[in-house]
Amino acid sequence: MSERVARLRERSQAAVPRVSAERARLLTEFYAARADQAVSTPVLRAQAFAYLMEHKTVWIGADELIVGERGEAPRATPTFPELCCHTVQDLDILDSREKIPFRVAPEVRSYFEETAISFWRGRTMRERIFAAMTPEWLAAYEAGVFTEFMEQRAPGHTVLDDKIYRKGMLDFARDIDAALAGLDFLGDPRAWAKQQELNAMRIAVHGLIRFAERHAEHAEALAAAEADPVRRGELERIAAVCRHVPAHAPRDFHEALQYYWFVHLGVVTELNTWDAFNPGHIDQHLLPFYRAGLANGSLTEADARELLQCFWIKFNNQPAPPKVGVTAAESGTYTDFALLNVGGLRPDGEDATSELTYLVLDVIQELRLLQPSSCVLVSRKNPDRLLRRAGKIIRTGYGQPSLFNHDAIIQELVRHGKKIEDARAGGASGCVEIGAFGKENYNLTGYFNLPKVLELALHDGIDPRSGKRVGTSTGDAASFATFADLFAAFERQLRYLIDVKIRGNNVIERLYAEHMPAPFLSVLIDDCIARGTDYHDGGARYDSSYIQGVGIGTVTDSLSALSYHVYDHGTISLPAFRATLDLDFKGEETLRQQLLNRTPKYGNDDDYADAVLRRVFEAYFGAIDGRPNTRGGRYRINLLPTTVHVYFGSCTGATADGRHAGKPLSEGISPVQGADRHGPAAVLRSAAKIDHLRTGGTLLNQKLTPQLLRTDADLDKFAQLVRSYFRLDGHHIQFNVVDAATLRAAQADPGSNRDLIVRVAGYSDYFCDLSWALQDEILVRSVLASFVCTAETSAKRQGPRSDESWRLALGPFRRPARFALPCGLSKTAAPPTFAVPTGRWRPSPAEPHAGGSRVPGDPS
Amino acid sequence: MARGGIFSIQRFSLHDGDGIRTTVFLKGCPLSCAWCHNPESQSVAPERIYRAERCLLCARCVDACEHGALSVVGDRLQLDRTRCIDAGACALVCPTGATELVGRDWDVAEVVRVVRRDVPFYDESGGGVTFSGGEPLHQPEFLEGLLRACREEGIRTTVDTSGHAPPEVVERVVPLCDGLLFDVKHTVPELHQHYTGVTNEQILDNLARVRRITRDTGASLRVRVPLVAGVNDGAEDARRVAELLASLDPPPPVDLMPYLEFGNTKYERLGRPVPGFAAPSDERRNAFAALLQGAGLEVTIRGEIYEHV
Repeated sequence: MSERVARLRERSQAAVPRVSAERARLLTEFYAARADQAVSTPVLRAQAFAYLMEHKTVWIGADELIVGERGEAPRATPTFPELCCHTVQDLDILDSREKIPFRVAPEVRSYFEETAISFWRGRTMRERIFAAMTPEWLAAYEAGVFTEFMEQRAPGHTVLDDKIYRKGMLDFARDIDAALAGLDFLGDPRAWAKQQELNAMRIAVHGLIRFAERHAEHAEALAAAEADPVRRGELERIAAVCRHVPAHAPRDFHEALQYYWFVHLGVVTELNTWDAFNPGHIDQHLLPFYRAGLANGSLTEADARELLQCFWIKFNNQPAPPKVGVTAAESGTYTDFALLNVGGLRPDGEDATSELTYLVLDVIQELRLLQPSSCVLVSRKNPDRLLRRAGKIIRTGYGQPSLFNHDAIIQELVRHGKKIEDARAGGASGCVEIGAFGKENYNLTGYFNLPKVLELALHDGIDPRSGKRVGTSTGDAASFATFADLFAAFERQLRYLIDVKIRGNNVIERLYAEHMPAPFLSVLIDDCIARGTDYHDGGARYDSSYIQGVGIGTVTDSLSALSYHVYDHGTISLPAFRATLDLDFKGEETLRQQLLNRTPKYGNDDDYADAVLRRVFEAYFGAIDGRPNTRGGRYRINLLPTTVHVYFGSCTGATADGRHAGKPLSEGISPVQGADRHGPAAVLRSAAKIDHLRTGGTLLNQKLTPQLLRTDADLDKFAQLVRSYFRLDGHHIQFNVVDAATLRAAQADPGSNRDLIVRVAGYSDYFCDLSWALQDEILVRSVLASFVCTAETSAKRQGPRSDESWRLALGPFRRPARFALPCGLSKTAAPPTFAVPTGRWRPSPAEPHAGGSRVPGDPS
Repeated sequence: MARGGIFSIQRFSLHDGDGIRTTVFLKGCPLSCAWCHNPESQSVAPERIYRAERCLLCARCVDACEHGALSVVGDRLQLDRTRCIDAGACALVCPTGATELVGRDWDVAEVVRVVRRDVPFYDESGGGVTFSGGEPLHQPEFLEGLLRACREEGIRTTVDTSGHAPPEVVERVVPLCDGLLFDVKHTVPELHQHYTGVTNEQILDNLARVRRITRDTGASLRVRVPLVAGVNDGAEDARRVAELLASLDPPPPVDLMPYLEFGNTKYERLGRPVPGFAAPSDERRNAFAALLQGAGLEVTIRGEIYEHV
């Protein structure tokens, strides 16, 4: 990387994350001054956005080519008090906690203490939401049955398409004016609402243009004071770029990147969308600018590389705004889940890979930053070169990029009702979630704890941890005469709790539509302008709500264990089993071992366990998919955990798969940690028994030891492994290529291992920043490099073994006895005449075998 | 339908042939190489294995054993070897898998059901099934049945053999496979006998035979040489191997497999003396490889191309 990039990278890495009070202060000022003004809510929100764009600090750092920050400087992180205002205690925790700290300066703390907290009390979305939830919702939420995303951030979760590379903000303003001109105040009862929304969008458009102009002004001022002629030239160039974009469509590579970056800052400043917003198919969007620049001589490959690296560092400067309360426990990370896509297909169905795809992958490998995250979309039409190139980055142990099956994603999106061109223009975002980029609101509403549902079904709806009623009454477990009875109770609990969740979601969606419109985001997502409708109110062309299932491995293995031991083999009665779980296996270690070792488990291509998996999947799918949300869209499912499987595990008692109370659940669709004992092919076959095409994303984690990806031939086999999974319609797979010794060393000495990045769950994070529970959990995730090493054939595979089979001891040894079995041993087989001949080699301590050859005539 | 003894089926095997493979380990071997990594593969009969570190001393096996072979004495499980017949009741009741019965009887259809599961991986990678052991040719009817069944399924096969089998077995079985891995453990008959328990005349005779057969069928042939320090890693050994292979038409590629100390723990737990072998030094290994390469052979070391410097 260039010296400039090295310096920028170093500064980005060194900057200390801190809470910025600027956004909270500006917003408080704005609301305090406008409190009495009689404008509609969308217009008020747009004015607030424009106020922020007009008044927030403009930052242009030394060496920068791409400019603009979310806070007043790199890693200064704004808060969103209109959604959720941090308390003084929250700030003190953020300032002092060991993991993922945010420094809180005294003046920031006192601003919150003296002004922000009292101003926003009673006005935040979080308070509105909790006040509107039913007692049933609150009971389930408190018990850890589900989480709620929207209690402290806005429904964002979308990714941009190619539109900003074709149109400037002024072009969008013209579209808005056309929509306004077309309003039918006589025939359309929503005409006034649409007019307000469109007016708001126009205010937001000009807000962003003003933000760029302020950067131009600042760059010009810096240029005037700059002694170094080279830097002065760069600053003048920055000013010129900011004068042109985002007002107008970009004309070159630099303008395209800068335009996107202003749009990004607009979206993440308007509201805290947290998940995902990013440019999407960056290699496709930038390719015309790249090729034109090279052709007309205005750009070199080195220029493009440097600009991309400057752009990448911008993402790394933006920690995710810190959460409060339970959400802090469920997801402690600085990452903001921007997942850039490369590869895959173009909207016309052709292979999208290009020279720029590989340049972007170079940038990812060279920078090794936490943010942005990156993935490679793999279609059967893509060349193997793409997978091998990805494998070369993955084997460095960086945890990126993750790999997605673009062909599967397209089928998933088409099943959800998208046009095929819109589906192909879509991809993966956040962790593994699919969306039609630029055209869809695909909103994650919360994680759902599947093993907790089984716990409630075994306890007639009472949470054994609190004694409170959380689920519905499904009968005493003693009355479940068959496995079908037990499963029916599980399914009834599931449907009841999903209903509780969806009922809450339907209220929350309305609260956001009414109180927290997002006019700027609405400009960017089709067809909000054409419909004159906000993103939060059904303006997007496609609109999906998700509930993310967590712990499918744990619940599958638990149901499998109950079926196998209670109903098939009568090992133990259901009430006795339940009592054992309630005691967390106290005094029943033998049973627990039997559950761990001698019971069918998901992840081994075992049809017994995998049949249970399919049944659980169908129950979850059936409870959710296709149900209407309040924005004219539908509910869909996906299966991903981020890090919530640790939190959910802490809320869930012992499970029938042998898991102790409080321990993490399985993550994504990965098998229970350590349960898969037949290698990656069996894991992938098991995982492929889920019908991925009926989801909106599944997450499969695999850990490989570095030895498995050492040579080019290894990379070929890696590519074949991935291709095989995708051939079976697998949605996503990600790899941690790091050995357990490295992770243990990092635990022992975090100070010198700060840069160790691992794959967590759909995103990467610094290993040393993870909670201890999560660190341990990653350590025990199955290592797939360990194969049964047999004879001389297994030389390369000396990775750490998960199943300890190398420590196996053989029983009493006897000379080979003949099978008394009809096993086809014929007369032609060598008869047992291989008696040890005289002079046969025999081990002897006195006989050193590592010495010289005893072959006659060997001169050595 | 043919049946036979198998002690392990290993899916996602990467180094016993092309692509992603499933390796089926047939139990029983007429050789007993001094450096064998899998002593439990030698006997044809099922064998009880015991992992002491996993044992809870729950004594379920003690109750299950009809022969009174097991007892808990102090903090360890004790086996009366005179009473144990490897019936396996102990393994069935063991909650942790500390006690296991290695090896059981399979029929061909049952094996095919397992190997068929990975067809997507074979198809994607050009892989297939490898029959290893033990010595797969030691169970010829079973192996023949397996090879024919795989061929019917469109699954490509490789046989990993010591080459020690009657000629008629070789003639019958080898034409049914798509690839052959053939061991040359020692070129000197007396030393082959000394280290493996059998002499090598039949093996070398079979090597010429499989060269002819695979040349006719188009199957691949690769020779593997386990390299053990002080046993078969000298310059004279290399010259003799080179001469042997160069005499074949065409000379097969050769893969050198330096000894690994994997198996030592197993010997310890068997109560047998640890063989105490070692891999040759890198210099000796490279000299060996260079000599073969000098004879015009294609040489790899554990599957990786050897580049002479």
